[in-house]
Amino acid sequence: MSTITWITARGLFGRRRFLLLLPLPLVMLGLAVLCRSLGVDPREWGPPVLVGLGLAVVLPVVALIIGTGVLGAEIDDGTVVHILTKPLPRWQIVLPKLAVAAGVSAATVAVPLYVAGVLADSVRLGLALAAASALGALAYSALFLALSLVTRRPVLLGLVYVLIWEGLLGNFVSGTKVLSIQQYVIALADRLAPSGLLEASVSVPVAAVMTALVSVGFTVLAIDRLRSFSVAGETS
Amino acid sequence: MSSTLSLTGVSRWYGNVVAVNDISMTLGPGVTGLLGPNGAGKTTLLHMMAGFLSPSRGTVTLDDEPTWRNPDVYRRLGLVSEREAVQSFLTAYEFVLASAKLHRLADPAAAARRAIDLVELESAQDRRIGTYSKGMRQRARVAAALVHDPQVLLLDEPFNGMDPRQRLHMMELLHSLGDSGRTILFSSHILEEVEQVSGTVQVMVAGRLAASGDFRTIRRLMTNRPHVFAVRSTDDRALAVALIAEASVSGVELDRTGLTVRAGDYGAFTRALPRIALQKGIRVRQLVPSDESLESVFSYLVEA
Repeated sequence: MSTITWITARGLFGRRRFLLLLPLPLVMLGLAVLCRSLGVDPREWGPPVLVGLGLAVVLPVVALIIGTGVLGAEIDDGTVVHILTKPLPRWQIVLPKLAVAAGVSAATVAVPLYVAGVLADSVRLGLALAAASALGALAYSALFLALSLVTRRPVLLGLVYVLIWEGLLGNFVSGTKVLSIQQYVIALADRLAPSGLLEASVSVPVAAVMTALVSVGFTVLAIDRLRSFSVAGETS
Repeated sequence: MSSTLSLTGVSRWYGNVVAVNDISMTLGPGVTGLLGPNGAGKTTLLHMMAGFLSPSRGTVTLDDEPTWRNPDVYRRLGLVSEREAVQSFLTAYEFVLASAKLHRLADPAAAARRAIDLVELESAQDRRIGTYSKGMRQRARVAAALVHDPQVLLLDEPFNGMDPRQRLHMMELLHSLGDSGRTILFSSHILEEVEQVSGTVQVMVAGRLAASGDFRTIRRLMTNRPHVFAVRSTDDRALAVALIAEASVSGVELDRTGLTVRAGDYGAFTRALPRIALQKGIRVRQLVPSDESLESVFSYLVEA
């Protein structure tokens, strides 16, 4: 494990902020278990729990907390200077951090989504949701990691993207769905396990290409921004 | 091999506020103090030297390579920033070892132990940094900055928060690093610190370089300021009478401790005094320049 990965993981799990990650997946899991045990028709609870909660809230919010934390927290408290004063090409800093962010987000979200998918329909849907949300976690992480280098308020901007752009505008302006990671995840999961529970509104090729573009594009942006990262003087 | 840090016509502005204004300097081996009141632009200048800020104009180079957007300079350069942020969940040893590994040193564990020895932190090295005092945290950061044995070390207000013993130890450390041929620059707004650590200063006032060089030499070059000397002799009153007749002397004060002489011309006065004493048969017991402290140099520069 690289030193950057190790410091990033310790920083992530060493902060209380990490505990914020747990309630959301647990709520989703609890609801799925509850509906299943009460014998509610999966066509009724599936879409609101899997999509409305799991893909529209849990996945992006978890990825937001982690993605803006892996580098943003170090920028906020100034410890980033220790990593930046090393003769490392900046991609060697961004990629391990992105890997930690995407990996932890994927693990936190994919497992409960897998269980919820199994309860709602089948193991195949569970696996499809887990795989698609892992890809979504990568795209979201790249986006939020880059945001933490572009703005001083990455969490706020990230929430605006998730809640306003994906959540609100997606319902009224259909064009915004082409630029919605959430829609890519739905399309990919539905392609992997057609179940009638997920309603895709972008085509699979668009979803696949855009997920790759978002992941690569924002990673490249983050590397470039870190190359010209400025530390503002506090006393002057 | 020693390294040279060069600044050529460096300016940095934020909007219409000029933080650093057209500064040129060359820093070679030895310890240099960067002195200036708070808000003079010291941190901005240090950040440009360390490659953490692009100059709005001018160039900053380390051995002819730019420091901005060039992580390779960190093989030869170490920085101890003013903000005392450290990963508080690590122990000092883990923290310094992580630095050594990130530098890809051949034997990171040995390098980490050597750096921790250098700042005398062995006894606390396995405690989490979160439990440290301010001075100890500072030393842990210095150890991390020294782990790769850099040729150039930049320190922003390194003595902040240190107790007198730690301060003395840090001063000795900087001295020995400077004596071994490294280029050390530290900033401070406290005169005594700079005076004790280094004779060579770069004085910044309001974003500009007000003076640079040995501060005693700087003082002597300020010819528009009378030089003040404390003089004691076998007959202070007779000496005062004779001195006031000298063109190079602009004022003499007599009190119980002796004479305070103000001289407009440093060279002429120091030549005239022995001649007068000899003529009058007065024995001079003490001649001390009393305003060659960095403090008086600094206050003259800031007032100017």
